[in-house]
Amino acid sequence: MPAHAPLLCLRDERPGWGGAPVLGPLTLTLHRGERVVLMGRSGVGKSTLLETLRRRLDAGPGGRELAIVAQDHGLVGPLSVFHNVWMGQLDRHGTARNLRTLLWPSRAERALAEAALAETGLAGLGRRPVAALSGGQRQRVALSRALARGGAVVLADEPVSALDPAQGAALLAALAARFPTAVLALHDVGQAMAFATRILGLRDGRIVLDAAPATLTEAQVMDLYA
Amino acid sequence: MIPRLTGRGMLAIFAVLSLAALWRADLSGQQPDPWLILSRIGQGLLHPALSDPGAILRGTALTLAFAFVGVALGAGLGLLAAPFYRRAPVRLACIGLRALHELFWALLLINLTGLSPLTGVLAIGLPYAGICAKVFADYLDEADPGPARALPGALPPVLRLLWLRLPQCLPEMRVYTLYRLECAMRSSAVLGFIGLPTLGFHLETFFKQAHYAEAAAVLMIFLGLILPLRHWMRWRLVPVFLALSLLALAQVEVPPMGPGALGRFLSDIVPAPIRGGTGWEGWLSKVFLDQAWPGVVVTLVLSQVALAGTTVFAAAAFPLIVPRVVGRAGAALGHAVLVVFRSLPEYVLAFLFLQVFGASMLPAILALALHNGAIIAHLAGRQAQGLALRADAPRGLTLWAWELFPRLQANFWALCLYRWEIILRESAIMGLLGVGTLGYFVQRNLQELRLDRVVALLVVTVLVTLGIDALSRGLRARLRAGLRAGAPDGASAGIPAGAGRAEQAGCGPG
Repeated sequence: MPAHAPLLCLRDERPGWGGAPVLGPLTLTLHRGERVVLMGRSGVGKSTLLETLRRRLDAGPGGRELAIVAQDHGLVGPLSVFHNVWMGQLDRHGTARNLRTLLWPSRAERALAEAALAETGLAGLGRRPVAALSGGQRQRVALSRALARGGAVVLADEPVSALDPAQGAALLAALAARFPTAVLALHDVGQAMAFATRILGLRDGRIVLDAAPATLTEAQVMDLYA
Repeated sequence: MIPRLTGRGMLAIFAVLSLAALWRADLSGQQPDPWLILSRIGQGLLHPALSDPGAILRGTALTLAFAFVGVALGAGLGLLAAPFYRRAPVRLACIGLRALHELFWALLLINLTGLSPLTGVLAIGLPYAGICAKVFADYLDEADPGPARALPGALPPVLRLLWLRLPQCLPEMRVYTLYRLECAMRSSAVLGFIGLPTLGFHLETFFKQAHYAEAAAVLMIFLGLILPLRHWMRWRLVPVFLALSLLALAQVEVPPMGPGALGRFLSDIVPAPIRGGTGWEGWLSKVFLDQAWPGVVVTLVLSQVALAGTTVFAAAAFPLIVPRVVGRAGAALGHAVLVVFRSLPEYVLAFLFLQVFGASMLPAILALALHNGAIIAHLAGRQAQGLALRADAPRGLTLWAWELFPRLQANFWALCLYRWEIILRESAIMGLLGVGTLGYFVQRNLQELRLDRVVALLVVTVLVTLGIDALSRGLRARLRAGLRAGAPDGASAGIPAGAGRAEQAGCGPG
């Protein structure tokens, strides 16, 4: 598939929760190979838009090529770090295999998860229960899950909010290297400018900014938060 | 729709009902000199003795064995049923299982499986399966949906359950199962009173022979096991405990049952008029007018007085474990008293009071009020200690009256209502000790080998229990709704988050 083929189109959509629209009407086309960052004040609907994209991609043929980093991390506390990482690929295996992995993970499975954990700086913590980790470590487990899964597209909601700037930048670079296409919600302007090939600014339920970072000034971005 | 009642109105109705019940209750002590018996029991407690340690050791081991295997069966079945609990047939089966008290299950099953270990294990396991299924299903429902949302693609339900929901609930399920084990130790001991070889059997024998020193020793052994339960119970050792329990139960000598027990049982539980011989009219009037009706009335009277007693005792007793009210030493003493009352089964307490006061409703009322009151007092007291008080808050009784009780009220009433159904189940059982509740008529029919009547009375017992359960749940829902409406900022000023959990963890049936 060509790198800039459209990945999905929204036309006059009004995404929302439980029948009450939060956003819209929105018209938006995403292309393969883009790294899109959603920006805007809290509550403006970044998570809602990500959820809409996720549902659309999940339902389409590309569902198997999609990885997700949820804002609440989506971790199961009493399970081990390994299990939480492996959880990202349950849909790629049969039920019997998944039940076996739950009880007796194989060496190869552990190694695969361990490689992703090494990338996020959690090497060696595979057997620790997630409930025993700190907030920043949990966020890195969620990132490891997406990195271990891999695929064509990653959707991530504030994936580095609990990490220090250097760590955050490194892990955003890891996401960019692993996934050809990415849609992220970020609040740090510097990180967004460094990561994105396209910035979408949301305000009052609409897209008020849609441009490449090179063509933007910091003031234009800060306007979103005014 | 019940007309809107204020809290004060409800309390007034409750008080009037309780007084009416008290007026109907038979409180006449038959014992000529309670003080004499009491002093003898007191002496026994001061000088406990064992004449046959081997027998008591065996009874102790079997008490533990019945509890372990019974809980394993109950929690195991409950876990299997929990994911399907929203389906009506599963839910109804579970409700039916848990509406009957362990002792009733045992009395019924004895006719099928004799005085065998299987009877004891099923008597504990079946009702516990019903209650575990419900509690576990609640936990599963409350599991965080976040992990499922964070995974791409649709997972089959069995994977969602085993990978995402169940692991989240396991810690809570463990805590609840541990609590169930404590209840099962009580149930197991009480099963001795109907002939199974647990500590209750020895307790009853010693009391009837007035061997108070030995009875005291048995009581102390039981307390010595159940009080430190959370310290000696290790999850890693569960397979060992279970294997030893099965081994111990396999050693029990079983009195032989004649052949064809199942066929006989199945034909005996069919109402006599269907089997032929008697007419419907006589059977119905005998069972429902002569037995079920007076049994239900006395059961309700007893449970009402016992609930009132529970409420009063709990309200008075919960500050006894709060150091700010009674001081450090006082709180330690309060803990010691409450822990004894809540660790001993109601049935054992009632049996004890029966020896002291003689046959009437009084022993049952005292036992139910003290046991259930101690449980509520323990939970409310712990919450009282957790309250953030301002630095210049009063101390002593003023603190209780001005701060603790007003602030804990809503939760306190919820706990009392929650205990209502349990008190009712226990009230029905008290008939086995001679009070004219449903259990009394059940036992009489068992002695006459009229299993059809037994089953009819048990069905009535289940229906009354379900009725009270529904009423209690309705009142609790109104209590919560009233609080939410009454709270100034819509915040839950009254029932703290997790109060439901506290109810379940500390106040389940048993």
